[in-house]
Amino acid sequence: MKTVTTDTGPQALGRPITVEPGTFPETIWSEQVAWIDRVPRVVAMAALLFLVLFLWWAVHHFEVVSRIILPSPAEVGRDIVVVGTNILSGGYMLAALWMTTKEVLWGFAFAIAIGFSLGVLVGETSFGERAVLPYLVAIDTMPKVAFAPLFLAWLGFGIASKVALAAFIATFPIVVGTAAGLHAADENARMLFRTLGASRWQTLVRMKIPTGLPQIFTGLKIGAVGVMAGAITAEFLGGGKGFGELIRVAASQLQTPRVFSLILYLSVLGFLLFWSVILIERRLVFWHRSSVTGIDDRR
Amino acid sequence: MMQSAIPVAEQPVGRSLARPVYQLRNVSKSYGFGKIRALDPVDLDLRQGSFSSVIGPSGCGKSTLLKIMAGVTPPTTGSVILEGKPVLGARREIGMMYQQATLFPWLTAIDNVLLPISIRDGKAAANDRRSEAQALLELVGLKGFDKVYPRQLSGGMAQRTSICRMLITEPQVLLLDEPFSALDELARDFMNIELQRICLSRNATAFLITHSIPEAVLLSDVVYIMSPRPGKFLEAVPIELPRPRTLEMMTAPEFGDYVRYIRSRLDEGAVTA
Repeated sequence: MKTVTTDTGPQALGRPITVEPGTFPETIWSEQVAWIDRVPRVVAMAALLFLVLFLWWAVHHFEVVSRIILPSPAEVGRDIVVVGTNILSGGYMLAALWMTTKEVLWGFAFAIAIGFSLGVLVGETSFGERAVLPYLVAIDTMPKVAFAPLFLAWLGFGIASKVALAAFIATFPIVVGTAAGLHAADENARMLFRTLGASRWQTLVRMKIPTGLPQIFTGLKIGAVGVMAGAITAEFLGGGKGFGELIRVAASQLQTPRVFSLILYLSVLGFLLFWSVILIERRLVFWHRSSVTGIDDRR
Repeated sequence: MMQSAIPVAEQPVGRSLARPVYQLRNVSKSYGFGKIRALDPVDLDLRQGSFSSVIGPSGCGKSTLLKIMAGVTPPTTGSVILEGKPVLGARREIGMMYQQATLFPWLTAIDNVLLPISIRDGKAAANDRRSEAQALLELVGLKGFDKVYPRQLSGGMAQRTSICRMLITEPQVLLLDEPFSALDELARDFMNIELQRICLSRNATAFLITHSIPEAVLLSDVVYIMSPRPGKFLEAVPIELPRPRTLEMMTAPEFGDYVRYIRSRLDEGAVTA
């Protein structure tokens, strides 16, 4: 190697930077992105849906399984129109949908009220954390659907037993989310509030609850899914006048297209509930990353 | 109270004529019924308008000391007197800053600055001081950033906002727990000079915890050297450089002498412990 005898060291300080002239080969290059990752989202989703429908149609067409068990996409599509017409014209299916909606909304309201209160008790007080939390964890590990017959026995076959099971299932994630959220504030924030002489109530309302809102909303979103499952399960087991009862009857009569279309409309209800939670979250937790998409991801 | 009868300890500070604001007598902290000693008995006098630093190895009880001084943690023994009254809880005279800016992301910069007022005196009082908060933000070079949320601020800007939050209550005593150690060196130098300007212009008494010897020498009238856990003061080093200090002074030979001396004392402390 050739030793360069340039003046290095402190005596060279303040020298302008010089660049050797010369010719360079073309060095422009671009990152390679696979074609499947460049497809627009709408197109990708539509393509996937089309693929699934095609497979469904093929399974039906070639009678891979009995046609009574699996109806064709077209049959289901026709029944979706039938059910939709009934709902829009204010028929008995609208009444059933409204009944299930009421169960879900009441159940969610109770779950939020009870879950948030218990969450504050567990997250904020030492008694709650040491005495109440172990029991909550124990109950949470049980399959909560198994309590359905009990609620039916206690509350009868009306709306109350459905609301109870729906609320029961949705309460636990809200408790956990709230309790975890109240612990999310870091030591510095707690110290700051202490040095300001903030009361316990001020610390809770002005610092701990706002800090914990992302976790609280995670609990609410899991709860919103659970509340639907609870209401429908209770209807399956306890009859009534809701959508779950319609599904059960249709299934027992092997009207599989009807079952599919009822599930679709039910999922619209679940979707609306989930999205209203996300919309409220975006308003309140605008400052947090996860509130942009509703899922904790980069975008 | 018997504590007030104890004479003020001799203090090797240039501005020794100023009256002591903060007095600590025999303050110690231990956990687990005396089994774990976090802080051995400490005596300390901070005079009005003085700037003191504490430097010591990690885990030597510096932060414990600061928490006791702030009235956040009770000491196991001893007493803390601020302005002639014992510190038994949060005090309005005290302003604090931490290594993290600890801004609340759901509040705009100006609402973060006004938070102490709003906690202590209510939201109406905070609204009345809005123009003051605005002026403070301008003072630290954040004009026009009042309605910005913390996530849009850089680390240095966030820390400057947190200075404003400390100053809005017009504290007489500033307790600073490594306030700029998360910043890069350029921002840190700049902030230190700003901090000195603020302290001098308000005649505020400051107490700084730091890991940086040059930072301690640059800012302080006296540097306290702490031993490893359980922490106690090994020595109080008076820094007799003229005020206001400038960054150029950091290249002066005396500055280097102070830094070297403190470094050697810290190393001795680590060996003997």
